[in-house]
Amino acid sequence: MRILAFHLMPYADIDQSFTEKYDAAWVVLPNTYFDREKGHQLYNRFLDELEYADQLGFDGVCVNEHHQNAYGLMPSPGIMAGALSRRTKGWLAVLGRALPLLNNPLTVAEEYAMLDEITGGRLIAGFVRGIGSEYHSSGVNPTESHDRFHEAHDLIIRAWTEPGPFHFEGKYYDFKYVNTWPRPYQQPHPPVFIPSQGSSETIRWAADASRRYTYLQTFSPISAVAKYMQMYKDVAREQGYEATPDQLGWSVPIYVAETDEQAREEARPHAEMFINKLLKKPVEMLLPPGYLTLGSMKGVMAAKAGMSVHRTLEDLIDSGSFIVGSPTTVREKLREAQAQIGFGNLLMTIQFGSLPHDLTMKNIELLAKHVVPYLKETAATAGAAV
Amino acid sequence: MTSTASERGTRHTLRIDDCDLSYLRGGAGPPLLFLHGAGGVARWTPWMETLAGSYDVIVPDHPGWGRSSTPEWFDNVHDLAYFYLDLIDALGLERVHLAGQSIGGWIAAEMAVRSTSRLATLTLIAAAGLRVAGAETFDIFLASPEANVRASFYDQTLADAQLAATAVTGEDVDIFLRNRFAAARVAWQPRLYDPHLAKWLHRIDVPTLVVWGANDAILPIALQAEYVRLIPGAAAATIDRCGHIPLAERPAAVIERFTAFTDGVPA
Repeated sequence: MRILAFHLMPYADIDQSFTEKYDAAWVVLPNTYFDREKGHQLYNRFLDELEYADQLGFDGVCVNEHHQNAYGLMPSPGIMAGALSRRTKGWLAVLGRALPLLNNPLTVAEEYAMLDEITGGRLIAGFVRGIGSEYHSSGVNPTESHDRFHEAHDLIIRAWTEPGPFHFEGKYYDFKYVNTWPRPYQQPHPPVFIPSQGSSETIRWAADASRRYTYLQTFSPISAVAKYMQMYKDVAREQGYEATPDQLGWSVPIYVAETDEQAREEARPHAEMFINKLLKKPVEMLLPPGYLTLGSMKGVMAAKAGMSVHRTLEDLIDSGSFIVGSPTTVREKLREAQAQIGFGNLLMTIQFGSLPHDLTMKNIELLAKHVVPYLKETAATAGAAV
Repeated sequence: MTSTASERGTRHTLRIDDCDLSYLRGGAGPPLLFLHGAGGVARWTPWMETLAGSYDVIVPDHPGWGRSSTPEWFDNVHDLAYFYLDLIDALGLERVHLAGQSIGGWIAAEMAVRSTSRLATLTLIAAAGLRVAGAETFDIFLASPEANVRASFYDQTLADAQLAATAVTGEDVDIFLRNRFAAARVAWQPRLYDPHLAKWLHRIDVPTLVVWGANDAILPIALQAEYVRLIPGAAAATIDRCGHIPLAERPAAVIERFTAFTDGVPA
């Protein structure tokens, strides 16, 4: 099992009274809430945290992309990946670049190839469509989101795998000379991860026999993790092959402390800040027209009554959206989930919301000492038994 | 042909340009092609019935909206403009009074810069399509459905009535979502305008009336002056105590101005 440390790099020190005046930490929250000195400290703190996780035995680190919000301060994840590339030894996962938001997706082929060359083949290449709010923030038309994503993906893979120059003739992108320098270090190209919160269209596309990309279920109740990974396995079978654990991944916030009680007390304000302040937004902001298919959108509208409800740490733990507890509790929950669901990639979100540096470092240490080695060993044993 | 509307208006479908177009039609007189706004038109309304006393009123659901299909070619406002010029040909209409509300007004203006050969007049009602620097438009895509209704009306008792009457269920949910999708397809970026339209409005050579609610909180009234400035000979009609949808809020005032305008044009 591959276990990576994932960081959203939120603006953790925000004045939390912002929710009294604004609907969301996205799109409409004035950037006057951003303090440049705090920002400087946070970026360096977060890079230290990921480097520490890499040093202590995680299999690597992950960054991602978000725009114009306090939830994640990485509009350009390649910069963070570049900063990490020579200080870490494990996998370097960018999960991922939001392809439809870019005018020229060839820049992703170039950026990822650079990272793969610098790291000697340690890059994991993530492709996403971006969060719905980011279509408000970027001006990109959300009704073109799916089509642009597929076309940009095809362009990047062809840029990596076909000799250039060649002419790419798409609807949205037409480039007379595709001839990317550098080419990626890994052949035919870096492993591709497709993060999603669950979409049958995305799963069907990722699991297609011609792609077999790793599907990564992000921040979801564990019932959804199980359901969508089963869906992936079913599609693989329809396509005539068996999905391997390597093709399935789960990204989940985890907090470990000395005892269950202590873990809950330490995590509570920061997890609740994450869910109730950084993540919450009006449905029109979250889901602009076309971001989801009509069928998916109807499902969300039917469920939207629950979207603005205040959630507690206990709600998050009970649904399996967060894993919090003593080392024994956490590793047993993860072992059980792994045995049941069969994922081969686990992305531990080691910091969330306002979780401060000292607790984040302690979390990383306890995970690296008591949880990561245990999971790798049990997954290896289970794998050998099959 | 199916008849689902009350009184004179009946619903029809016509396949044209690979689109199954659904439209309401009723009345007698010169043809009046009315192009609806972002929210579509659910049914034959009293103001349509009034107009049907003097005109052959034709109210399509735009391709992608309402009960019309979404054709493969539906990418932008220009596609809709060419489509409706084809519709006028297909229905064999001559001397058409072309009118449009909001996004529909924008489509009408895009049609008229391309060809006025089948048009008698052009009426733009709170029409999207232009940008005036500094005149901010309301963000219909970020606002909740309720906030959109409230921003549409000057008289908030009318907004209250509309909100009370709105029970979105069954097929209405599909249509609501399809309308939102189609409006975003056309108007998301640049938001509610076409940077190339202003350059060619001088081509419009039919009598033009530009109607605006004095209290429009969706599209600022500065856009009315810009249309009047750019379309040769265009006249302005401003409706007092009125928001973004004059035909819903002050129908009698709009119909009076519209009738006087079209009556003044030689047949």
